Amino acid sequence: MGESMTAKESLESIRRCKRHRRRILEVSQLLPALHVAPAFSCLELVDVIYYHCMPGHGEGSDLFILSKGHGAMAQYAVLDSLGIMTNDEFLSVCQPGSAFGGHPDRGNPGVIASTGSLGHGLPLALGLARGAVERGEDKNVILVMSDGEFMEGSVWESLLLAPSLGLKNISIFVDHNKSISRGKIPVMHPNLLPLAPKIETFGWETAEVDGHDSAAILEAYRSRGGDRPLAVIGHTVKGKGVSYMENEPIWAYRSPNPVEYQLALSELADQEVDNA
Amino acid sequence: MRDAFAGALNEACKEHDNIFFLVADISPASSLQGFLRDNPTRFIDVGVSEQSLVGMAAGLAMSGFRPFAYTIANFTIYRPFEQVRVDLCYQNLPVVLVGVGAGISYSALGGTHHTIEDVAIMSALPNMTVVAPCDPLEVASAVFQSFDLEGPMYLRIGKAGEPNLTTDAVEDFRLGKIRKLREGKGTAVVGYGPLLGLVFDLIDDHPKQLKDLAVFSAHTLKPFDDSGMEEILTNYASVIVLEEHVYQGGLGSHAVRLTRRTGPSAELRLIHLKDEFIHVYGTRDDVLAAHGITKQRLLDEILS
Repeated sequence: MGESMTAKESLESIRRCKRHRRRILEVSQLLPALHVAPAFSCLELVDVIYYHCMPGHGEGSDLFILSKGHGAMAQYAVLDSLGIMTNDEFLSVCQPGSAFGGHPDRGNPGVIASTGSLGHGLPLALGLARGAVERGEDKNVILVMSDGEFMEGSVWESLLLAPSLGLKNISIFVDHNKSISRGKIPVMHPNLLPLAPKIETFGWETAEVDGHDSAAILEAYRSRGGDRPLAVIGHTVKGKGVSYMENEPIWAYRSPNPVEYQLALSELADQEVDNA
Repeated sequence: MRDAFAGALNEACKEHDNIFFLVADISPASSLQGFLRDNPTRFIDVGVSEQSLVGMAAGLAMSGFRPFAYTIANFTIYRPFEQVRVDLCYQNLPVVLVGVGAGISYSALGGTHHTIEDVAIMSALPNMTVVAPCDPLEVASAVFQSFDLEGPMYLRIGKAGEPNLTTDAVEDFRLGKIRKLREGKGTAVVGYGPLLGLVFDLIDDHPKQLKDLAVFSAHTLKPFDDSGMEEILTNYASVIVLEEHVYQGGLGSHAVRLTRRTGPSAELRLIHLKDEFIHVYGTRDDVLAAHGITKQRLLDEILS
């Protein structure tokens, strides 16, 4: 079926995501604080969406919304790698005079929705998807949402509504890192889990994958049935890719110091890919 | 007014092929039939889901459609306030939020179903246009002129059975301009929404005494027509502001603000709801009376 990636594509994805992470860290060195770990958590999801799920790689008919707006650096890094965002724009993030802030803003290159407040992306996606149906356009609307976002009531409103309206052209990728600002979801809000059966009960197709395994993410998307909207639950690690950041809440919004920065770069060096 | 809205929307579909009509488990039942017959795929009932109502309308607007999102005013703007602020205003998308039964139209349903501070709240939002027509004719005009806007509009309307007040209006309805409805001299009443009916009732009751009373509809509360209001404050010796809303952030506060520019040329009197939630019931007139808004009070203010 050719539903997953070739070995070459998989290797390219791993290499790109290391680069994305290094680029994000580069920006972190220009700012006192940055949402680094939330971006690392959803990086493979965003990369696969742009490079493999959307035929136009962000410039075609499919639409992408980063509903977890605090993962903005992941989207910026991918837009930067695609040349949709310039190097100058990328390095200017959050600086005076920059159009690019800590959350995606509608109107910026490659950004169609202003997010940052959780629970807004899915209702917007319903409107975009319904608009496409009305025009007879073959257009998919793809979102990345955080798992904590599923505590917002607006999400469940729209989860309920999308299948009722017969919308099939929406796919959610959930960055399921089991973390919220103050701690761990399994400890603090265990009843949110498991997510997949809840979403499925609302009329959605679901799949669960390792959210850092690009080939698995793509396979889940390509093998969807298509008769219902889709939610791919990507099990992820907050801060993924830099050992000292992984699952450490402090890295949700912080910039590494120069020593930490060098340590991170050494962990993200490209040669590891060559041995993969 | 809700029938006028639905009728105007259906009429607008003849000129605009990109209209969507979204509701949240409520609709202007009797007038909806025409819209459904002519535009069967353009009507969406999202159910009891106001955040999705507004968010989805924003998504449709992003796709180039002109959505109208309709439910009882408190549910249109208060329940999904952040969707109104972020999805519509921050992104500046042309969605018309229709608040039916605004003010205290649903007098007996209690404070949960009243909007007595909605003009202030919606006016505080950048990019938002706030329009409160006084009769069914103005509702239709507001619907037609909403297509000129690039951003969101809050359309504050009553419910059913309001009389037309503007059939013989001196001036036409122009979004953003205070509209002279009746010529007069000496004293002017400036108001908005169906409460202006009180003035015309009074004129019917006292045609001789009130033959020189000027009446204006300040239907667009934002962007506010400062120069129009300044002109009124300059040209009339006595100006009475009448509104079904609290003082703060309403028409009266605009008038007071502008007297700082015009000087005390006009005697300004403000009639508005009290800064209190309403816990009394009865007809709309009963509830208005509980807040001191009666024909007699208005007559006294005009004649004093």
